[in-house]
Amino acid sequence: MRQLKRIATRFAAGVGVLWGAATLSFAALHVTAGDAALATVAGDGANPTQAVLDRVRADYGLDQPLWQQYLGYLGRLLQGDLGESYQQRVPVATAIGEQLGETVQLALSAALVAVVLAVGTAVLTARRRPWIRSAASGTELVLTSFPTFVLGLVLLIVFSFQAGWFPVSGNDGPAALVLPTFTLALPIAATLSQVLRTELEEVLEQPFILTARSRGMRDAGVRLRHALRHALIQIVTMSGFVIGGLLGGAVITETLFVRRGVGQLMLTATTSKDIPLVLGVVLFAAAVYVVVNLVVDIVYGLIDPRVVTA
Amino acid sequence: MTAPLVRVDDLRVSFGGHGADVVDGVSFTIAPGECLALVGESGSGKSVTARTLVGLTGHGARVRAAALQFDGRDVSRHTERHWRGIRGAQVGFVLQDALSSLDALRPVGREIAEPLALHTTLTKAARREKVLELLRAVGVPEPELRAQQYPHQLSGGLRQRALIASAIACGPRLLIADEPTTALDATVQAQILELLGGLKRGDAGMLVVSHDLSVVARLADRVAVLRDGRIVEHGPTRQVLQDPQHEYTKALLAAVPATHAKGTRLSSAPAAVIRATPREFDRSTPIVAAEGLVKTYAGPDRTHRTVVREVSFAVHPGETLGIVGESGSGKTTTARLILGLERADGGHVSVRGRRWDSLSPADKRAERRRLQIVYQDPLSSFDPRYTVGRVLGEAVAVTGLRAAQRRDRAVELLEQVSLGAEHLKRRPLELSGGQRQRVAIARALAPEPELIVCDEPVSALDVSVQAQILDLLADLQERLGVAYLFISHDLGVIHHVSDRVLVMKDGEVVESGDVRQIFTAPAHPYTRTLLSAVLTPAPLPAG
Repeated sequence: MRQLKRIATRFAAGVGVLWGAATLSFAALHVTAGDAALATVAGDGANPTQAVLDRVRADYGLDQPLWQQYLGYLGRLLQGDLGESYQQRVPVATAIGEQLGETVQLALSAALVAVVLAVGTAVLTARRRPWIRSAASGTELVLTSFPTFVLGLVLLIVFSFQAGWFPVSGNDGPAALVLPTFTLALPIAATLSQVLRTELEEVLEQPFILTARSRGMRDAGVRLRHALRHALIQIVTMSGFVIGGLLGGAVITETLFVRRGVGQLMLTATTSKDIPLVLGVVLFAAAVYVVVNLVVDIVYGLIDPRVVTA
Repeated sequence: MTAPLVRVDDLRVSFGGHGADVVDGVSFTIAPGECLALVGESGSGKSVTARTLVGLTGHGARVRAAALQFDGRDVSRHTERHWRGIRGAQVGFVLQDALSSLDALRPVGREIAEPLALHTTLTKAARREKVLELLRAVGVPEPELRAQQYPHQLSGGLRQRALIASAIACGPRLLIADEPTTALDATVQAQILELLGGLKRGDAGMLVVSHDLSVVARLADRVAVLRDGRIVEHGPTRQVLQDPQHEYTKALLAAVPATHAKGTRLSSAPAAVIRATPREFDRSTPIVAAEGLVKTYAGPDRTHRTVVREVSFAVHPGETLGIVGESGSGKTTTARLILGLERADGGHVSVRGRRWDSLSPADKRAERRRLQIVYQDPLSSFDPRYTVGRVLGEAVAVTGLRAAQRRDRAVELLEQVSLGAEHLKRRPLELSGGQRQRVAIARALAPEPELIVCDEPVSALDVSVQAQILDLLADLQERLGVAYLFISHDLGVIHHVSDRVLVMKDGEVVESGDVRQIFTAPAHPYTRTLLSAVLTPAPLPAG
C-alpha cells in the first residue's frame, strides 16, 4: 500500500521532470542564434528568397508568437506526436527509432563494462596497502578528468592505428563496438569505482564484518558476500549519474567513431537547428532517465529490506 | 590440574609503527569450563586482548607474547589460514549490539547458518534444521518465523540471542563475549546473562569482556581488572568485588551509582556522604506541570501508536524528578512534550502556571530559554566544525549579552563545569566523552535555566566518568538551585540522582513517588521486575 503510494508519487514527479525538460529545451533552442527556416531549406551556404523562407515559416508555424508555438507543441506532445523532422522530413519518433538499436547496444555494453570494472577494482583495492589504493585512485582520477574525446583518440591511436586490433570506425560487428564501449565506459567506471571503494571501506569497518570474520570466513567471502551488497546500494543510487554519462558520452563517442546512433542524430539535429528532432531526443533522454530512476526506486526494496518496512 | 584451554603470557599489542603498547604485558589462563572476565573502561585494552585470541587484533597491529596458546597449541605464529580453521569452529565470538553486529541485509537464519556452511559438511536442509535447533536452544520463540526475519525486525534481546546462536553454532571450545549486554534494557540484559550462564556448563571456556562490574558478577568465576593495558587486579570474582585490593578496583566499585542514594559523592572513594537528610522543596508553583499528556503517532497502514498516555506530573524549583523506563516506554517523548518541541494530542503542559498553547511565540521563546536540555550523545548535538568557544558564544548571545562580555561569560560557564579557558579553542572531536558532556551542560547553563532536562546524559560514558558527571550535576543543583527532569533507563543512576521518581512502561506512568519509597517498597509489579533485574556488584546496604 505505502509502496504503491511511494511509486505513484515518484511517477508524478517523473512527469514533472519530462515537462521541465521539454520546456527548458524549447526555450533554449528558441533563444539561441540562427534561423531555423534558413537552416531547414538549405543549410548555411544557400541563399533562398524571402518568399521561400516565409512559406517555410508558415508551414512549420514559425511565424506565430512564441507562446503559441509552445502551447501547440505541448498539445501535440500530449497526443504522443513528437512532430516531424525539418531536415529528414520523417516523423521524429521514426528518426529516433531507426537509430536507437545501435545506441542501446553501445550503452548497454558500456554500462556492463563500467559496472564490472568498478566492482572488480573496488573489491580488490578497498582497505589494501596504501600504495595499491593510491595507484588505483590515481588512475581513476586521470580517467575521470580526461575529456571523453581525448580518451577515445588515445584508444584509437594505440589499439587501432598502431596495433590494428579493432576497426577505426563504423557499426560493423562486435569488433567495431569494443573501442567505443571502452571510451564510454572508462570515465564512468572510474567514478563508480571511487564511490564504491569509499563505501566498501566504510562497510568493512562495521561490527558485522568483524562478526563474519570471527566465524572463520575468508577475506574474499567477507568482501563479496557481506560488504559488496551494502556498497552496491550506493551504486544503484548513482544510476542516474550513469545514465547521464552514457547519454552524454554517446554523442561524443558516436561522433568520434563515426557510428550511427541517437548521439550522432542529436548532434546533426542541433547543428542544423532541426528543432523537433532535438526536442524529441531530449525528451527521449529525459524519459529514459525518469524510467531508470523509477526502476531504481523499486529495486531498492529488493536489495535493502529496511526500505520497505522502515 | 587439567591443561588450560587458553594461556596468554606477557601479551603486548601496539598499533602503527611507533605506537605505545595498548596491551602492555597481559597474562592469564582460562581452564575448560571456566569463565574469565576482563573488566575495564574504554581504552583499557580489553577488547583488543579478546580479539587477539581469534587473530583479529586489527589493521596494523603488532602482537608479541611470551606465550599465546589455545588448547595446548601455540597460535602466536598462526597464519590467516590457520586462524580461519579456529574462528567460528573452536572459538565463538559475540559482539556488542547485535543490530550492527548482524548483517542487516540478510535474514538472521542465514547469518546463523554461515559458520555451519564454513566449517561443516552439512547439507543445506540439515543446516536449516540445525539453525532452528540453535534458535530454540537460545530461547527464541517461533524459530521458523524468526529465521526468515531481518535483524531490524527483531527486538534487541532476540537479536542478541540470534548472534549468540551463530557464535555457538559449531559447538566452540571457547566463547568470547565482548560487551554482550551493553546495548540492552535491564530486564533483557538479565535474560541474556542467564542464557550465557547456562551455556557455561560443560567443559567449554568463556571470556567475557565488559565495563560493567555487575555483568561480571553474574557470570565470571575469575575477574581481571584492566587499566591502560595492564592487569591491576586478578582473582576470584567474589574476592575482587567484595574485598578489592587495588585502588582502581575500589574506585570502579564506588563509582557504581546503584548502591549510593542521593547526597553521596561517587567520584571519590569511598563514597562520601555530602548531605544526609532528604531535602524540602517549595511546592507552591511548579516550573513545569504536565496534565494528562497523550501523544500518538501514525503507524503504517493507518494504525495509531500511543506512545504517551495520560501522563501527569510536576517539577518544582530545585528538585530532581527521575523518569525511568526501558526503551520505547515514552520517556523521551514526554521530555519533548514538556519542552514544547512536540504538540500533545491530549492534555497540556504548563510552564510556571501558564499553558504552552496559550503563550505567544515570543513568550514561548522566552520561556524555552528557562528550560534547557542535555542529551545522551553531545557529539551529535554539536556542530563538529564549531569550537567550544563558538558553541558557548552562540548560547550566550541568545541571552542578549554584549559581544565584548560573551567570552568572559563562556569562560565562567566552563569554570562552573570544571573546565578551563584553554578548552575554548577545542572542537568537539578533540574532547573526551566526559569533557563533551561538561560542555553540553555548560551550554545548557548559559541562559540560567530553572530546569534542565537530562535525557540519558551519562548512558554513553564509562562508569568513573559517569560518576564525575553525576557529581557535577549534584554540585550545580546545590549551588544554582536548578531543577532536573532526569531521564534514564538505568535504575542505579535514577536512584542516585532523584528526589522523586516516575516509572514508565508502554507510555504510562505505572508508579510514582518518593525515591526511597519506590526503591524500598515498590507497589507495582513492573517496578518490582525492574528492580529485581538490577544487577549489583555488591549487596545493597540495608535501609
